[in-house]
Amino acid sequence: MLPFILKRLGLALLVAFTVSFISFSLLFLSGDPAAALAGETASGEDVEAIRRLYGFDRPMLVQYGEWLLSAVQGDFGESYYFKLPVASLIAERLQVTMLLGVCGISFALLTAVPLGVVAAIRPNSLIDRVALFLSVAGQAMPSFWFGLILIVIFSITLGWLPPSGAASWKHFIMPTVVLGYYAMPAIMRLTRAGMLDVLNSDYIRTARAKGAGEGRVLFKHALRNAIIPVVSLAAVQMGFMLGGSIVVESVFALHGAGYLAWESIARNDLPTVQALILVFSMFYIVFTFLADVLNAWLDPRMRSS
Amino acid sequence: MTEETLLSVRNLTLTIPTGSGILHAVRGIDFDLKRGETLSIVGESGSGKSLTSLAVMGLLSKGIKREADEMRFDQTDLRSASPKVMRDLRGNRMAMIFQEPMTSLNPAYTIGDQLIETLRLHRRVSKAKARERAIELLEKVGITAAASRLGQYPHQLSGGLRQRVMIALALMCEPDLLIADEPTTALDVTIQAQILRLLVDLTKEMNMAMILITHDLGVVARVADKVAVMYAGELVETGPAKDIFAAPSHPYTRGLLRCIPQPGKTERGAPLGTIPGIVPSLIGEVTGCAFRTRCAHAQPACREAIPHHGDAAHRFRCIHPDGARSAETAEGEPV
Amino acid sequence: MSSDVTDPLTAEIQGPTPREMLKARARGHKGLIFGMGIVGLLVLVAILAPVLAPHDPYAQSLMKRMAPPVFLGGTWEHPLGTDHLGRDYLSRLIYGARVSLLIGAVAALISGVIGTAMGVAAGYFGGKVDAVVTFLINVRLAMPVVLVALAVVAILGGSLTVVICVLGLLLWDRFAVVMRASTLQVSRRDYVAAAQVIGASTPRILLTEIMPNIFNNLIVVITLEMAHAILLEAALSFLGLGVQPPTPSWGLMVSEGKNMMLFEPWLVLIPGAVLFLLVLAINLMGDGLRDVTAPEGRS
Repeated sequence: MLPFILKRLGLALLVAFTVSFISFSLLFLSGDPAAALAGETASGEDVEAIRRLYGFDRPMLVQYGEWLLSAVQGDFGESYYFKLPVASLIAERLQVTMLLGVCGISFALLTAVPLGVVAAIRPNSLIDRVALFLSVAGQAMPSFWFGLILIVIFSITLGWLPPSGAASWKHFIMPTVVLGYYAMPAIMRLTRAGMLDVLNSDYIRTARAKGAGEGRVLFKHALRNAIIPVVSLAAVQMGFMLGGSIVVESVFALHGAGYLAWESIARNDLPTVQALILVFSMFYIVFTFLADVLNAWLDPRMRSS
Repeated sequence: MTEETLLSVRNLTLTIPTGSGILHAVRGIDFDLKRGETLSIVGESGSGKSLTSLAVMGLLSKGIKREADEMRFDQTDLRSASPKVMRDLRGNRMAMIFQEPMTSLNPAYTIGDQLIETLRLHRRVSKAKARERAIELLEKVGITAAASRLGQYPHQLSGGLRQRVMIALALMCEPDLLIADEPTTALDVTIQAQILRLLVDLTKEMNMAMILITHDLGVVARVADKVAVMYAGELVETGPAKDIFAAPSHPYTRGLLRCIPQPGKTERGAPLGTIPGIVPSLIGEVTGCAFRTRCAHAQPACREAIPHHGDAAHRFRCIHPDGARSAETAEGEPV
Repeated sequence: MSSDVTDPLTAEIQGPTPREMLKARARGHKGLIFGMGIVGLLVLVAILAPVLAPHDPYAQSLMKRMAPPVFLGGTWEHPLGTDHLGRDYLSRLIYGARVSLLIGAVAALISGVIGTAMGVAAGYFGGKVDAVVTFLINVRLAMPVVLVALAVVAILGGSLTVVICVLGLLLWDRFAVVMRASTLQVSRRDYVAAAQVIGASTPRILLTEIMPNIFNNLIVVITLEMAHAILLEAALSFLGLGVQPPTPSWGLMVSEGKNMMLFEPWLVLIPGAVLFLLVLAINLMGDGLRDVTAPEGRS
């Protein structure tokens, strides 16, 4: 298994490196970051001063090299807007986003896996139809709109939950549901398909022929095999969710890293935006790497090879 | 006779509702099995032989409807047995091995886990004791270094080894009845003979009854005490193996036997027989003899109810009292 | 052997042709019918927007701000009321269908061309080409779509063209993944080997042997990615960094209505509901097409 992990780690590093280059160069698309930073009212001299101050007058590759070198040491420069080190700014805001991500993926798994299992055990039953409806609706639901509807119902009409902020656990209920519902359909579908597949397999028939009870057949023999691909998917979804938290955080005014990204983009705060793209990508890369390793460990066929 | 009969099935009928009508998969099957006896059910794929065995085990898929006048295993009426009673029988007093050794073992658990689980489902024994039993059985089915195999996963074993493990799994609780559904079909020819020999020796040693399902008449000739020939969901002929091979009565049985070379009977260079035509669709009402569409001796009367001929030991269903044997001899066809 | 044609056991089974079966499955698929119906209707609305819209979607009237829709006591003058600038909501909704469908279709087309080229090349040539494409897919998946799209649109300015191009350049991953797998599967078939044996050129094999056989999968991915692009555009516009006012985009309408949500929740509910309906319909159409062309799909 060690060669597999090393190979996978190498790939992860190469992807991370490429992403870092893309996220850095994306921000040179505008042609002149100094002009963008100085604003429309700035004179030519001001722009020139800014260009020298931030080193935009040097070749892009040199700038990238410097940026990457300090980035791997945890230094992403200073935010143009907040006038604070980007790294500490992001680290502070990430706590909210990570909490939201963990709550969201837990909500998605806790609803999607049981629904998918029941739907697979009783295909075409009422629960299967409800699960299918929920997943089809979930894939079409604009998450910002879903969030606003929840606010209209639970904050404005019923007054049960606070509409914005992150002061208490109550503030996290609606964002968790919205973010989790985004990941739910894919997990539900994969669980259902995996369980259906496994339940028709020869070794499930063997388990029944042994005299194992239904519960043991379903949970010990079937779910154990059906859950393996779900683990990978959950990790991928977790990566997507963190990247997508920008919408949810802006709807609920949760001041996490997604909200920070929104603010920085609107304010042309290039170092913060560059760092955030890299950080969110790194989360995805780390999650998928861990998922592949976990997957290999869960699947004896890969563990021993 | 009743006291030594282990399994008795009368008028077993299996129907499957499909989109285009009801599929009469198995129609009116009768058979008996005594302790220590080997019954071989022979037929083409789709003839209902696997379904019949799954019906005995109570392992039919949900959509399939099972009806029978009698289905008795030892003292238990299988028709009215509760799921709990069936679970207690399965893996314990009746066990089954399947055609596909490659996929019949759970890939997520070790061989040892799966063997030990079977014993502990039915016996109150410690893990250590169950482990001893597992090693003992793996050795019995001819697996070397049995103790070290316990920690291995199915994918680490070859097909032949996996089928041996499946046999060990079936024998963990010393069942009275072993159902082997085409146990050698998926294996290499050299391994086939070994596995078959193993099954025969084990049934003798443990005085275990066996239902061996196969489409390979060569296998039947070597191991079976009794043979039941199935065609399109019906039992067309049943009797002692010796009689069936010496004097096949139903035209289908004779057709099958012509398809395999027999030492001393088949001439060198002579073409082997074939049975022309295809198996009919069993959707909708099926009356009369299902083989009539492929039978050389079919007559309009074959669409009516078909009588049984022969004695209780060797019976066959055909409108011709001699199974049209005289007609074939007259036509000069080889028998 | 009996050749009695009246015998029910010998009666030949007259099966329908594959095309007939496809049509029959399509007719029996409620999701597909519903999805195609709604999508067709909204496409028609988008095309006929100038005829159907009761007012100019840009005409402001400060006198008639936030008139309620008919079902909340408004008048038929403005069936769905007016927004915070007094613009007719129904007209903006109708013109908004143009924006969503245009962005969805063109973005899916651009990403479809990129992703299909990459996927087919990877699947057919394998080896190094496959390794490079797979790596690029990994890189693309690692980039957070919303964030990158927002940043790029913010830098280049939020015009319709920019939004379409950015989405088109970002959403090719699923095309590449699916087309790679389909091509891999098809190119192992005997007829491809046969074409290679008789010396057909590579472009010819790709066009006449591979493409026709992966076309069904391509159509399915196009519909699903179109829905994806529409949702993303709405999200970008909602965040104020996509299509810019006064263009009537449904996402933008939700965003503008958000400030009035406390008093006039319908300003948010209506455009969001239409957006949801369109995306739902496209997804149902895509799922339906997959079920119909590959019947083993769902149980």
